[in-house]
Amino acid sequence: MRSTIAKIGKETAFYAAIAFFVILTTFPFYWMLITSLKSNPDLYNVSNIPFWFNEAPTFEHFRYLFEQTLFSRWLLNSLIIGICVVVITLVAAVPAGYSLARMTGRGGEGLGISIFLTYLVPPTLLFLPLSRIIAELGLQNSMWSLVLVYPTFTIPFCTWLLMGFFKAMPVEIEEAAIVDGCSLFGAFIRMVIPLSLPAILTVVIFTFTLTLQEFIYALTFISSASQKPVTLGVATDLIRGDIFFWGEIMAGALIASIPVAIAYNLFLDRFISGITGGAVK
Amino acid sequence: MVTIAEPISKKASRYRFFLERRAVLGSILVAPAILYVLLLVGVPFLLAVYYSVSAYTIYDPSWRFVGLANFKQIVRDPVFLETLGNTFLFTFGSQLLGLILGKFGALLLLRPFPGRKIVRALIILPWAVPIALATVAWEWMFDSLYSVINWTMIALGIITRSEAPNWLGNPHLAMLCVIVVNAWRFFPFAIVIFLAGITSIPQDVIDAATVDGAGFWRRNYQIILPMIFPIVAVGLIFGIVFTFTDLSIVFLLTNGGPVNATSVLGFKGFQVGIVSGDVSHGAAISLFMLPVLFLVVIGMLRFIRRREI
Repeated sequence: MRSTIAKIGKETAFYAAIAFFVILTTFPFYWMLITSLKSNPDLYNVSNIPFWFNEAPTFEHFRYLFEQTLFSRWLLNSLIIGICVVVITLVAAVPAGYSLARMTGRGGEGLGISIFLTYLVPPTLLFLPLSRIIAELGLQNSMWSLVLVYPTFTIPFCTWLLMGFFKAMPVEIEEAAIVDGCSLFGAFIRMVIPLSLPAILTVVIFTFTLTLQEFIYALTFISSASQKPVTLGVATDLIRGDIFFWGEIMAGALIASIPVAIAYNLFLDRFISGITGGAVK
Repeated sequence: MVTIAEPISKKASRYRFFLERRAVLGSILVAPAILYVLLLVGVPFLLAVYYSVSAYTIYDPSWRFVGLANFKQIVRDPVFLETLGNTFLFTFGSQLLGLILGKFGALLLLRPFPGRKIVRALIILPWAVPIALATVAWEWMFDSLYSVINWTMIALGIITRSEAPNWLGNPHLAMLCVIVVNAWRFFPFAIVIFLAGITSIPQDVIDAATVDGAGFWRRNYQIILPMIFPIVAVGLIFGIVFTFTDLSIVFLLTNGGPVNATSVLGFKGFQVGIVSGDVSHGAAISLFMLPVLFLVVIGMLRFIRRREI
């Protein structure tokens, strides 16, 4: 009997701890949701219970966001930036990852590690010279500056990710293709790339989410509202003077968060094995 | 499969022969990535170093060499020293808190229970969602008037409305807030890293230890922790780099204030170099990150090769 009670107590503590973690991680997102659906009189009344609706929920903030602000423009900007960066990243990182994986000896690994290390060079170290370079190129205040700069961290990261993948792919596949008359390059194009589509898809998703998450370069290079990506626009442009449009800000933050959250959860395991350098087998 | 027997008509061009050699093709394939990184990471880095020893501002783009004058001016500035201290406090405070929460969370998620996948998906949210967006949610939660945290404490009778703290307006509380938000953002990453490490330990190692009489703590600290250490170290290195050099949380939550109480290196470099246009001093401030980054790179090189499990 006593052991049953002890067991129940232990179970309760376990689930209470789980609940604590879930509340800790999700509450700010619940807060986004509830704020975005509340009417302003409900929102700005300290005597109301803030956790639930005291007046009827409303889509007013979402409507305002799409009709009266540049929000849909920011979404479009983010989409364009994301697609362009994905293309640049694939063109550079797929061949590089393959080449580094097949390089023999320490040279290949050393080169791979040094490319990966550039992923650790922080934006706050490079933003000053980069902003001068961008001004020289006439790209200041334009979202194309981000298309130029974002590959500096997506290429290293994705090269590293793909390098691990190509290493796991047996060399015999290419050798068989070469025996069948393919050239070395032909074997890469016709055999290796089709077989690595799952890895390439992972790279596409991660490059896209990395561009959505980025904030520092966007903040540094872009000040005109119509050129901002969605993360920057929502965080800095829905404020008039001292007035924060909390309903609209939370609505925008929620919309921009959802696709990233889903993508991350789908590809999390690959991301982790990439980031720990293939340490997890 | 007729094609197998068919000889490929080799065009006897020198170009083709060139491409056939593995080393040559390998270099051509890796070249675009290396060029991109050299041009847009390597060159800017050297430029940053040069700016820091020049008198360059956006109003007067002169390349005049001034030696270490910028650095000397910076270290004499008490606000900068405060910023440097804040950066270390911010980094180590949030990493420590994040690691503790991460280890604890990983232990919980190790046990199978119904709904574990959903719980893991929810717990990963702070790290997945763009930090700028999550930070504005926290800013709203720390609001001076409509803070939900204060409302709850008042409702529970812990404080009265007149005692309600102004989270982002008080220097100490503001520092606590940026540390907590950063730890909140990183601990899901720590959980995932710990989980990846622990699940990669072969079960027979743990079984053998149990048979030999190792209890829970002994297994935990003398077998599991040493074995997962390389992975945890790589994760921690990421955490340190991205925290030490970050400015987004500070920029959005407190804007460095109140009165520089939460100013960190990245933020200060941004203020001086971009907002005020004093590129040379901004670059010099940013370069104070280098020693830490350098140590981190050495650590990374050590651990990334030491992956035994």
